[in-house]
Amino acid sequence: MATIQERLQNKPYAEYAYATRPMRMTMFWRRCLIKQFYMFWKLNLKIMMMVVKGHN
Amino acid sequence: MAKVVVLGAGISGHTAALYLKKLLAKEHAVIMISPNSNYQWVPSNIWVGVGLMDPNEVKFKLAPVYQRKGIVYKQAKGISIHPEGSSVHEKPFVKIAYVTEEMQGKEEDVTYDFLVNATGPALNFKATPGLGPDLYSNSVCAYDHAHHAWHNLEKSLAKMEKGEHQTFLIGTGHALATCQGAAFEYALNIAFEIDKRKLNHLADIIWISNEYELGDFGMGGAYIKRGGYITPTSIFTASILSEYGIRWIKRAGVYKVEEGKAFYELLDGSYHEQSFDFAMLIPGFAGAGLKAYNKSGEDISATVFAANGMMKVDADYTPKPYEEWKASDWPSIYQSPYYDQVYAAGIAFAPPHSMSKPMESPNGTKIFPTPPRTGMPSGVIGKVVAQNIAYRIKTGKKDHPHTGSMARQAAACIVSAGYGFTKGQAATMTVSPIVPDWERYPEYGRDIEATVGVVGLAGHWMKLFMHYMFLYKAKAKFGWSLIPE
Repeated sequence: MATIQERLQNKPYAEYAYATRPMRMTMFWRRCLIKQFYMFWKLNLKIMMMVVKGHN
Repeated sequence: MAKVVVLGAGISGHTAALYLKKLLAKEHAVIMISPNSNYQWVPSNIWVGVGLMDPNEVKFKLAPVYQRKGIVYKQAKGISIHPEGSSVHEKPFVKIAYVTEEMQGKEEDVTYDFLVNATGPALNFKATPGLGPDLYSNSVCAYDHAHHAWHNLEKSLAKMEKGEHQTFLIGTGHALATCQGAAFEYALNIAFEIDKRKLNHLADIIWISNEYELGDFGMGGAYIKRGGYITPTSIFTASILSEYGIRWIKRAGVYKVEEGKAFYELLDGSYHEQSFDFAMLIPGFAGAGLKAYNKSGEDISATVFAANGMMKVDADYTPKPYEEWKASDWPSIYQSPYYDQVYAAGIAFAPPHSMSKPMESPNGTKIFPTPPRTGMPSGVIGKVVAQNIAYRIKTGKKDHPHTGSMARQAAACIVSAGYGFTKGQAATMTVSPIVPDWERYPEYGRDIEATVGVVGLAGHWMKLFMHYMFLYKAKAKFGWSLIPE
């Protein structure tokens, strides 16, 4: 799998060379157990509410 | 006593059967007709396809569950429906053919008061020559396909361990295929497994899709709140693919597969080929091949079913341009417009049109995703149909107090890669409603407050949680009906 730089060199202006990439801090928060535990319940609650509201 | 027949024990049919039995008094009969003896939790097939789960972990035998709940189970395939009865039967009936060894070939006419057609899709591998697990590509659409895919993937991984370069082609195997989400998840899982083995330098993973833009997922794409911006899912999806080192080919209609080679047409009309060592390409879906006959035995399939073999329901099927599509075109009670006692749930109902804008190449090839109806919407539709039938049986009335249009329902799509408490990661996307409603939400087509796109461990835990929770629910164990669809 090529790096972004390799891709730009091999195929300039290729779409995949311009995709946004997560930075180190973003990667940290994605794996931070405290934040993710909070997100787990938040997302579960959100989805459950959406499912219940979506039909009657 | 009323008799309700359910055709198909997938997510929608199984949900409908369980709710019918729960809501109706004991004297009423619920009959399940399904050729497959197992229930499978399809979303977890992805884990079977990368060897993280055994097929037995995503399926269970239906017969013991139905016996415990008092549902009559016939392991058979629906052949035809006769909604007006026949010269022999006064009542409407379904002709079925048993598939078990001891009853192989035996046919039976099963009469009904209400019919739920939840036959799901037929995986139309034949629409793309060379496609499918019996030929040159793999599939994760069923647990046995996924298991087979894992065996082939293992071979590619073994070659990489020996220093051989491998190309993986994952995506849609037909110009009008759907279920991009499942293929997308499989691509991420393969990337994760390769990265885990530190073999990245030997892999080229390619995502090939009939979507006009990445992140369309058959829903015409969506907008999410992310990093202080309202961001289209195309950017979100491109970011994830890039992060996993996957490059992509979009606007592609695969029309032929040969050993190690896929042939595709792009929306601009150009023809290309892509070589591969391992391919997992989702086939097009078709109806289950049910026929319909009137009382005098005339074939009325073209009236009851749409051209793709899915059953017509209370949708607006008037052909109209994309600009005139409305959320109200979509059905809300899933009742046949021709036969009062017939309903179609889950993938078996014919959508009025796609959600993605129809696109056609200069050669006349239609290349765009057809609408997804799997998972959450399938379960909700099964429940709504069961509630309405139970209401009609109990009250004798003909109205439908329960509705569940996909233009009202929300859906969550969890694309998970890896496996374990700290090892996995998932992209969680929620949209509300599934079908964009531009009259209600003129700016983005959907409720931007309810639409979410996040990446992290939490989504992976949710996927794991849902695996166990929904299998528990499907087994109809204590409190099953408290778990939402």
